[in-house]
Order: sequence, then C-alpha cells, then structure tokens
Amino acid sequence: MKIPGPWSLFFLLVLALLWLSSAPWGRESKPLINGAGASFPFPLYARWFATYERLDPTVRFNYQAIGSGGGQQQLLHQTVDFGASDSPVRQAILKTAPEKILHIPMVAGADALAYNLPGSPPLHLGPETIADIFLGRIDNWNDSRLAQINPNIQLPSLPLVVVHRSDGSGTTYIFTDYLAKVSSEWARIAGRGTAVRWPTGIGAKGNEGVAGQIRSLPGAIGYLELAFAVQNPLPYAAVKNRAGNYVLPSPESMTQAMASSPLERDDFRISIADASGPGAYPIAGLTWLLLYEKPPDRQKAEKLLAFVRWCLTDGQALASSLDYAPLPPRLRERVLASLPEIR
Amino acid sequence: MNPFRRDPSSDALRPSARTRSLTRSVGIGRILDRGFGILVTAAGISVLALAALVGWELYRGAEKAIGRYGAGFLVSSHWDPVTGRFGALPFLYGTLVSSAIALLLAFPLSVATALSLTEFAPIWLRRPVLTLVDLMSAVPSVVWGLWAMFEMVPWLRQTGFPFLQRVFGWLPFFQGPIYGVSLLAGALVIAMMITPIVTSLAIEILRSVPPTLREAVWALGATRWEVMCVGVLPYARSALVGAGVLGLGRALGETMAVTMVIGNRPDILLSLFAPGYTLASVLVNEFAEATSEEHLSALFEIGLTLVVVTFVINFLARLLIHNVPLFFAPRPLPTQPMEMHR
Repeated sequence: MKIPGPWSLFFLLVLALLWLSSAPWGRESKPLINGAGASFPFPLYARWFATYERLDPTVRFNYQAIGSGGGQQQLLHQTVDFGASDSPVRQAILKTAPEKILHIPMVAGADALAYNLPGSPPLHLGPETIADIFLGRIDNWNDSRLAQINPNIQLPSLPLVVVHRSDGSGTTYIFTDYLAKVSSEWARIAGRGTAVRWPTGIGAKGNEGVAGQIRSLPGAIGYLELAFAVQNPLPYAAVKNRAGNYVLPSPESMTQAMASSPLERDDFRISIADASGPGAYPIAGLTWLLLYEKPPDRQKAEKLLAFVRWCLTDGQALASSLDYAPLPPRLRERVLASLPEIR
Repeated sequence: MNPFRRDPSSDALRPSARTRSLTRSVGIGRILDRGFGILVTAAGISVLALAALVGWELYRGAEKAIGRYGAGFLVSSHWDPVTGRFGALPFLYGTLVSSAIALLLAFPLSVATALSLTEFAPIWLRRPVLTLVDLMSAVPSVVWGLWAMFEMVPWLRQTGFPFLQRVFGWLPFFQGPIYGVSLLAGALVIAMMITPIVTSLAIEILRSVPPTLREAVWALGATRWEVMCVGVLPYARSALVGAGVLGLGRALGETMAVTMVIGNRPDILLSLFAPGYTLASVLVNEFAEATSEEHLSALFEIGLTLVVVTFVINFLARLLIHNVPLFFAPRPLPTQPMEMHR
C-alpha cells in the first residue's frame, strides 16, 4: 500500500479550507426571523408564515413549537427574535429580562370538554360540576349533580374517569385558569399553570393522547383544544357561562368572551376565562407573541412588526377555519395602536 | 556449532527490496502512526469528557433544587409545579417497580427463547426466529407506544386485567378500578421492548458455551434436560444475569412508549392497575413547558437521579460480568478438547 506523504495531506487541507471559504455562509440573504414557543397555536402560525412568505418574499420564518416555557427561555437568552406563549410571562421572570418584553395577543383558543358516553348524548356542565369532576368528587356518571343539570338525558351508571394532559401545555393553562377563577377550592388545592398537581385522573401526552384515551375509555372526560375535539370527532359539552347560558365552544363564542373581558390600559396579559358576555364560552384563553420593545436587530424587527400587523388584520381571517378565534375589532384596534412603540 | 545461530552474512537474511522500501518510508510511517494514535486516544477521551460534561451540566442545572430540597427531594412524594414543591419519590418508585416487573417478565422469556434457539429448536426454525428477534430490537420506542396505546391497553382493560383480577384479586397488587393505562401496562410494554435485546445477548452467551462441555455431559449419558441443567446453564449463569441487568439498565430509561401507557400520575399506589409515573416520563412531559426556575431545577435533578440510578445498575452489571471470566475472557479448559469427535 502506498503511504500518503505529508504533501498530499497538506494539499487536502488546503482544498478543505478553500471549500469552506467558498461556502455560501457569509452571503447576504433574506432575513430569517427565528421564533420559538407555544405549540397550541402552531397550526395557525404555520399557516400564517406560509401565507405571509408568499406576500413578502423577502422574509423567511423559522418557528420551533417547543412549548411556551422553552419559548420564554429562548427569548430571555435572546436566541430567538420572538417567542410565543399561551401563558403570560411571570412577573419574576419579566424582571430578569434584558429588555422590556411585550405581550401581543394574536388569537384566542378554547378547551372543549370532550367525553365518551354510550350514544354520545348532548351534555350540559356548570362551573361547580366541572370543578367537582376534576377535584375527584364525582366518580360516576349517575351522580345527582350531573342528573340535575341534564334532565333531558338518561345518564348511565358508569365510572367517570378524568383524563388530563401529562405534559405541560397552554391547553392546561387555559383550563386551570378557568377552574381557579370559578372555584376557590380548586385555586387552593391545585391552582393555575401549564402543569399542575391533579387531584385525580390519568395523564396522557398531548392533545392526541387525551383524545385517544377518551375515545377508547368509556366514561372518560377530559379537556382538549377545540380543533382536536372537532376533528376526532368527539362529543363535547355545552358549558354554563357567567350569564347563565349553556354555550358550546366555537370561534364566535370565544370572540364574544374576548369582547366582554375588561382590558386595563394597554396591558394585554388578560384572562378571558369565565367572561361575562351572554354568548361567551367560558373556558378560553389568549395566546401571545412575545417581542422585545427595543430589539437589537432593527431590520428584522421592522419585518417582524409588519408581519404582526398583517396577522392582526388580514391574517385574522385564517383563524376561524382552524378553530381559533379572531380578536374582536375593538381589542384588535388597541393592540395595533400599541404596536409602533417597538421601534 | 549451534545450528540456530544466525549467520549475518547469510543471503536469506539480507533485507529484500520490499523491506528496504519500507524502512525508507519508516519516518512517514512513524508520523502517521503517532497521528493515528493521538486521534484514537482523543476519541477515547472525548467519551469520558462527554460523560463528565453531561454529569456536570445536570449537576449545575440541579444545584438550586439540591440546595433547596436536599435529601427531601428523594423521599417526598409531593410534586406541585404551581406552588414549587418538588419530591421525586413517586417517579423513582414508578421507574424501579415498572423496570423490575418488566425484567421479571422479560428475563425468563428471553432465556427460554435463547435456550430453545440454541439447544432445542429445529435448525430450520432458528435462523428466521433469530432474524426476527434482531428486527424487533430495532423497532422505535414510539411505535411500541402507539401499538400499546391503541391495541394493548384496550385489550388489557377489557380482557387481560379483569382476568388477572378474578384470579389474583386477593392480592393487593391486583385490586382497585381498572383504567387500562397503568403501571402494569407500562411494565408490560417495557418487557416487550427489552425482550429482544436480552434474548440476543442470551443467545450469544449460550453459543459461547464450549461444545466440548455439552459433549462431555452427553458422554456421561445425560438427557437434553440434564445437559441444559448440569452443563449449559451453570456455565452461563453469571453471564446471563449480566445480560438481564443490562436489559434492566435499558428498561430504566425507556421513555416514549412508557409515557403513552403508564397514566402519568405521581402517586404511590399498591395496585398495579393504578396509573403511575417514571423519572423519564416526567422529564419528557414537563421539560418543554417548565417556566419557573424551581421547576426547571427540579427537573434537572430528576435527570440527575435517573443518570445516577442507571449508573448504579450498570455498575452492578459490570461487577457481575467481571466475575464471569469464562464468558468474557475465555480461559483454557483444564482438559484437552476431545478432538477425535470432530
């Protein structure tokens, strides 16, 4: 075998260096806007990015749906240009941020209470009943508290099994935010968060996991992002709102919930759970884009702002088809008016 | 005169043309040799460095939790991300119990399969089963999980678990409501996942039993059963145990499939039909959405705990394996092999 001499090694090295230096790394290309965070609104964001990149071919987006917590962390470490979260950033974390962080509400989403009962009768649930179910105080479908508000259907004698998310998620935040609002006992025992200490039930991973458990387990009940309940399809309950009406989740009833939620100044970290509107679905929440008020890269920031403006105007029309709710006009105006301060 | 003494003038000992060309390039050869040596050593050291880095990063991430909860982390069973109280006992319990049950189920099955394939099965059956076993160990975790969630768990709920409850219902481990997803379902899916690997190892171990040993026992007039009991198994025993412990090490870290069927409930319940939780599952479930510092730190400590538990198990495995010189470092048999049989 011929042993390569040192010159041939040197030659190879030079070739490698030449190749590296000619690689298209330093080349100026379209600005790539990086984002990371919530997976709850990801289907809509993906649609928005794809549509917007066709409208403005000079920009590209890269969004990683790694979860709200991951999105907040990456934004804090400034490894992404924007974050996305289903829960507002905690005050303690906001203080550690290098710059002021803005919460821009994009759309609202709702949790449907899906269930598996023989014959799939239409179910009505009230706030106290939901709290009792998820606190583990109702363990059979023939419970009198359920029969009372569902006089028109015959509920079977069947063990009631609670299914909840085992992974931390915005869906859980929306649901526990609602429960904490309507039940002081829930607030004391479990509280609100993307992951909580569940008093009862079994945990399943992801919306698809919860949907799978409910579908295969007679007597199961659990909360799901609305789109999953609609597409699976699973029956879901009409929930009694603050006005006393039983309302099914839908983009319209979520928009009503946003419209009837009080907004203080221009802080958009609002909860729309248990809203007061007569047609408002109570288990709903906003999802936010997180931006720095003074981002380091001006050019990217301008592109990003243009995109956000588009999302809040023309882009909103895409929301309903994916079972998210567009912001009501008044809220949208205020968000848009608050935007330019990012410059 | 010594006939073995070399005569330097002898023609046969003159360097040939080929040897001369080699000696001329010996300088380059030495450089290459040394370079390659350094490269390979660096690769070896990088493994150590990587392990140290992982350990250090985990420790640094967990430092706050270790400082705050101390040993209480491992003995408390209260896990509440909202109030920031963290105890890992249910996860530790779930990991150890599910892995132990899995091993209890998988180990006898694996050894039996290996025995049948090396000692009993007809030759035409051995090759296809062997290939199948190897293929099964290549099935990804999430595929096992999906199958377990949609096929195994409903079957367990309707048929498997009620049967167990009828037969063993007097034991506290088989009482209580049946949801399907449970600690036992998690253990079953782990068992299925480690069986191919343990089987593979066991087959290699049984094959390494010297044929002369079998022949010796045959020669004493033993039956197949006796050959197995007197000859093969005692010889391979420690190595087989080592294979089982390696399987256990794997079981401890199984994540996706277990998460999909174990029910993810951080409680310690005696019933195997009740949902449970494992260290790996809580990591995959909560890491992405952990926003508070305490929560993240506690999850890092979970990771650290998992690494330590796995290390301890693997260390035990090493101990077992190094007590098995016959398998891993074959030593000459005291008597000469019976060549005449060949």
